[in-house]
Parts: sequence; structure tokens; C-alpha cells
Amino acid sequence: MIISLNHYLVLAAFLFCIGIAGVLTRKNAIIILASIELMLNAVNLTFVAFARHWGDVTGQVFVFFSMVVAAAEVAVGLAIIVVLFRHKESINIDEVNLLKW
Amino acid sequence: MIIELLTQIIFWAFVILTVGSAIVVVFSKRIIYSAFALLFTLFGVAGLYVFLAADFLAASQLLVYVGGILTLIIFGVFLTTKLHGMSIPEQTHQRYLAIIPVAGIIAILFYVFFSVDWFAHASAAEPTTKDLGKLLLTTYLVPFEVASVLLLAALIGAMRLARPREEDQDD
Repeated sequence: MIISLNHYLVLAAFLFCIGIAGVLTRKNAIIILASIELMLNAVNLTFVAFARHWGDVTGQVFVFFSMVVAAAEVAVGLAIIVVLFRHKESINIDEVNLLKW
Repeated sequence: MIIELLTQIIFWAFVILTVGSAIVVVFSKRIIYSAFALLFTLFGVAGLYVFLAADFLAASQLLVYVGGILTLIIFGVFLTTKLHGMSIPEQTHQRYLAIIPVAGIIAILFYVFFSVDWFAHASAAEPTTKDLGKLLLTTYLVPFEVASVLLLAALIGAMRLARPREEDQDD
């Protein structure tokens, strides 16, 4: 059995869905951030798999930029979480209702 | 023949490592286990990049994700867990309701993946770092520069956010 494109696509689909399950079910903001990272990684894997499949490096350039955005996102997200913890003594997202009305 | 078999074994080992530790990240009761399981997921994805001839991306995955993002997340865990007093039990919610969107999305993804005929374009598995560097400094030069500005903005923004307020510092 040769490792084909479908192997990577199915793996990425599973990884993405595990990430979605984490975002939907967990209450801890840091785990939600980690789940978002899982989803980003799944999409990156799809990009690289297609880049390999079609012999075109452009997909890898996209992955490079999405890594940059992920790094920026995590830095700002964790800063917000630390500030939130300082205010509320908790990072349970059910208790964060500052912007709810 | 023996090399093909070995490749298969290593590939499936990386797949099991990635998916297994991803499940630990999401379903572990203890947050620090989740943070460390994320290390193995990111490492597994880096290994799969090597299989896909994306060696530069595998190296940057290790540097950026394992070296940077994971360290940040572990620091976040340490900074937001009460070391004294009672620890907050890790809760989950909507556990059964969440099955519906997850199953829906996986069904849509599988339908698309298997119904479309992705015409193959056979090419040799050779390192792509050279082509990637050329593309980044010619076609994608402007996004490359914008990305550096984005990183600078995120750096300053994160520092400004996480710093204690001035009135708090006085007392």
C-alpha cells in the first residue's frame, strides 16, 4: 500500500475534528487556544499534502504565512488570557461575560 | 522493499503519535497533560511534513510551534493556575451536543475528499527549500514583509496587554 494523498487528507480531517471537539466542549481558555492550534495544523497539513501532490511549492508558502499568523495569534491570545486571569481569578470561559448583554 | 516497509512503519507511527496525542490534548482532565501532549502532536505533524518533502517547513514547525508557541502555552498554564489553595476542577460542557457539528463537518470533509478526483501530478520527492526561498523573495515578497510587520505589532501588543497597569505598579 502506497501512502497517497488520501491518507493525509483523512488524517487532517480527523485532526481538524478533534480540534473542533476541543473548542466546543472545553471550558479552559488555554485548552481552547491549543485546540485552535490543532485545527490550524490540520489545515497546514492539507496545504502541504496538496503542494506535494501537485508538485507546486505555493502551498508551502501559504503554510509559512499561516505559521506566522498562528504565532502572533498565540502571543496576543495568551496575553489576553493572562490579563483575564488577573481580573477574574479564573480562565473559565463561562465566567467571561464582559461583552455579553 | 525493506525501505518501503520501514517508511510505512515510520509513517503510521507518526500518524498514531499525532492523532493519539491530539486526543489527549482535547480530552485530558489535567491541563498540564494537555499542554505537554500538544508537544507530541506538533512533533508528529513536523514528521509528516518530512514525509511530504517539506523539510524547511518541518524545521520551522519545530522552531516556531515546539520552540515558541508551546513554551508560551506552558507559561500560560503556569501563570493562570492557582498554585495555592484549591485547584479548579477541569470541566467540560455540551459533550453530547458537540457530537452533531463534529460529525457533520467530518461527513462534509470526507464527502469532498472522496468525491473530487484530485488529478495526480507525479513528481520526485526532493527538498523544496530552494524553491520556497525563491518564491518568498520574488512573488511573495510583499506578504513576507507584511508578515514581519504583523509579528512586530503582535509583539508590542502582547507586551502592552500583559504588562501590569501603571496604577497597580505604584502601590
